[in-house]
Amino acid sequence: MSETISEHRLTQLKALEAESIHIIREVVAEFRNPVMLYSVGKDSSVLLHLARKAFYPAKIPFPLLHVDTGFKFREMYEFRDWYVKEVGAELIVRRNEEAIAKGMNPKDYGVARCCGALKTQGLLDALEEGGYDAAFGGARRDEERSRAKERVFSMRDEFGQWDPKNQRPELWNIYNGRIHEGESVRVFPISNWTEMDVWLYIREENIPIVPLYFAKERPMVERKGLLIPYYEDMKDQLLEGEEPKMIMSRFRTLGCSPCTGAVRSDAATIDDIVIEAAAAKRSERETRIIDHGSNSMEDKKKEGYF
Amino acid sequence: MTEFNFKLSQEIELLRLVTVGSVDDGKSTLIGRLLVDTKGAFEDQLLAVRKKKGQTHVASAAEIDLAMLTDGLAAEREQGITIDVAYRYFATPRRKFIMADCPGHEQYTRNMVTGASTANAAIILIDARNGVMPQTKRHTHILGLLGIPHLIVAVNKMDLVNHNQAVFEQIRAEMQEYCARQGIRDLICIPMSALNGDMVAVRGEHMDWYEGQTLLETLESLSVMDDIDRKPFRFPVQLVNRPQTPDLPDYRGFMGTIASGTVRVGDEVMVASTGLTSRVEEIVTFDGNLEEAFAPQSITLTLSDEIDISRGDMLVHPTARPNDTRDLVANVCWIGDEPLTLRKKYLIKHTTNTAKAMVASIDFRRDIHTLEKMDADELAMNEIGQITFRLQKPLYYDAYKDNRLTGSFIIIDTFTNNTVGAGMIV
Repeated sequence: MSETISEHRLTQLKALEAESIHIIREVVAEFRNPVMLYSVGKDSSVLLHLARKAFYPAKIPFPLLHVDTGFKFREMYEFRDWYVKEVGAELIVRRNEEAIAKGMNPKDYGVARCCGALKTQGLLDALEEGGYDAAFGGARRDEERSRAKERVFSMRDEFGQWDPKNQRPELWNIYNGRIHEGESVRVFPISNWTEMDVWLYIREENIPIVPLYFAKERPMVERKGLLIPYYEDMKDQLLEGEEPKMIMSRFRTLGCSPCTGAVRSDAATIDDIVIEAAAAKRSERETRIIDHGSNSMEDKKKEGYF
Repeated sequence: MTEFNFKLSQEIELLRLVTVGSVDDGKSTLIGRLLVDTKGAFEDQLLAVRKKKGQTHVASAAEIDLAMLTDGLAAEREQGITIDVAYRYFATPRRKFIMADCPGHEQYTRNMVTGASTANAAIILIDARNGVMPQTKRHTHILGLLGIPHLIVAVNKMDLVNHNQAVFEQIRAEMQEYCARQGIRDLICIPMSALNGDMVAVRGEHMDWYEGQTLLETLESLSVMDDIDRKPFRFPVQLVNRPQTPDLPDYRGFMGTIASGTVRVGDEVMVASTGLTSRVEEIVTFDGNLEEAFAPQSITLTLSDEIDISRGDMLVHPTARPNDTRDLVANVCWIGDEPLTLRKKYLIKHTTNTAKAMVASIDFRRDIHTLEKMDADELAMNEIGQITFRLQKPLYYDAYKDNRLTGSFIIIDTFTNNTVGAGMIV
């Protein structure tokens, strides 16, 4: 073999992958009962892929938890059920049934209340019910300015809350996983990945993602500058003057259907998406209503939002 | 649509950076400048912090409140200070940068240590009008202690001293002298004006007397090779993989991240603690078995013999064994609220191994202004000194100067569970 020393270099994606796998393994080594939050989006797909790599040839040694709001896109449910089965993972689905039974929705109660009940409370209840002491999430620091300050091992008190002013220093690749009874950690193995890294990695590794990420002619309604996908059962929810139209479009991020907009795009393949992401002038979270408002993400995180 | 070079994107390397200095030195402006000039920030993120409400387009760094972009917490924006390390990401066609942006105030030294521990390079900001401040020396000392391979001194606000070369040369001479005293050799000084952009991404027109590279050119050309693949093989075991499935009933794989060196199939390996040896049978990854693996890859090893190995053990080559000791001597940067005191017991986490440790002696505290060794009974928050710990069991290690991963440890308070110290083994 003619391999020279200078060939012992990892590309930045492989270096990020190695770091993420190290983090995932540390959690399994140091925590009693970890769980991986699975939101069905592209970052979740990458996280799940990394977990498979970390434990190969064994199966992933923890369950996936999907905190469902009941408002996800139809394609997300289909994809979730297919992909989880495909990789042989255990999936737990939890919903805040009490709030759902009361008819919680963003239109009547406002986005903040709806998110608080269906996502934050739903998550906190599910974590408590499962007795999980560590929960993996696919959040990245480049997404939002308060996330830029969050540790990889992010401590939560017994109420599931984050104290941004009192975070544990994190040194080298040594993670302190010691917690008191009742406390837990949220762990973000892809903290150091950017949106671009996620797309490039999905391309390089052929990771399956929800088809809504790829551009297609879809029935859409335009509302407040956002493109909202239209399904037949939404007829009653149309506002005055709204008319569904076929629009070539795709999603940059996936959340709940009433609160996540699509963008006009011709990017029908993963290569197209990378090219589009490279040229993007606006961040992916711009299409997420939840982020708008002065401290919104930080406030939500303090309350326990993922 | 813009061209995108897929081939080039697959060759991009990673450089981890730390930036130290206070907001007054123009740090936020510099970071904002780097983000804007390399497209590391999106238009909606910039518009969210624009100075004039109602503006729909951001043309230059001067139009936005750059500190608002970088200070992510509500408390920081309220108080106009930076409390915690923030991580920023930007890329050029050749490199991706992870930048830990650290607050400058003395009381936040602990955050600086956090940000600097993984960095390959540091940018130290100096306001050209003020010259080298005590804080600059403090930061430089810590960066030297943490073994950051490349230090870049950004002499900023040159526009406010009429781009005077003599001002720059004096700061450079002073920094070179201070660094030389500590054995820091790789020091690069760059004059710049982050506000106008001179010498950040472009040369500008005001400092023709400066012949070196711009900041961005420097960051793109620094060597990221720290030769960790050429150092002795160190493989701290994280977990033992035992699927116990019908296909793999007796499989035992040792999972970990290679801290340094390389390993090949057939290599004789030894458990550092017990001296037991075996041979590498397979190097397992999800993408197929490898013939050879190197730091910092995360892999799984199977061995040809059934020997006792568990989390916390380290696999090495028998020809290059690490040091071992129960009396651990280390430079310690104290980051706990309560001071480190003599005879107090802590936990230390070194690679994947956690052990009980007692403070046997506080050898000295380092006065970071004069660099002198001082007698001390304790180390308070943000102080640095040499400590000897007595360990409950032997530790297998390399000196920090030889190996950042097998030479470092964190100190954990057993009561609060907090991380209270950073140790670099002498």
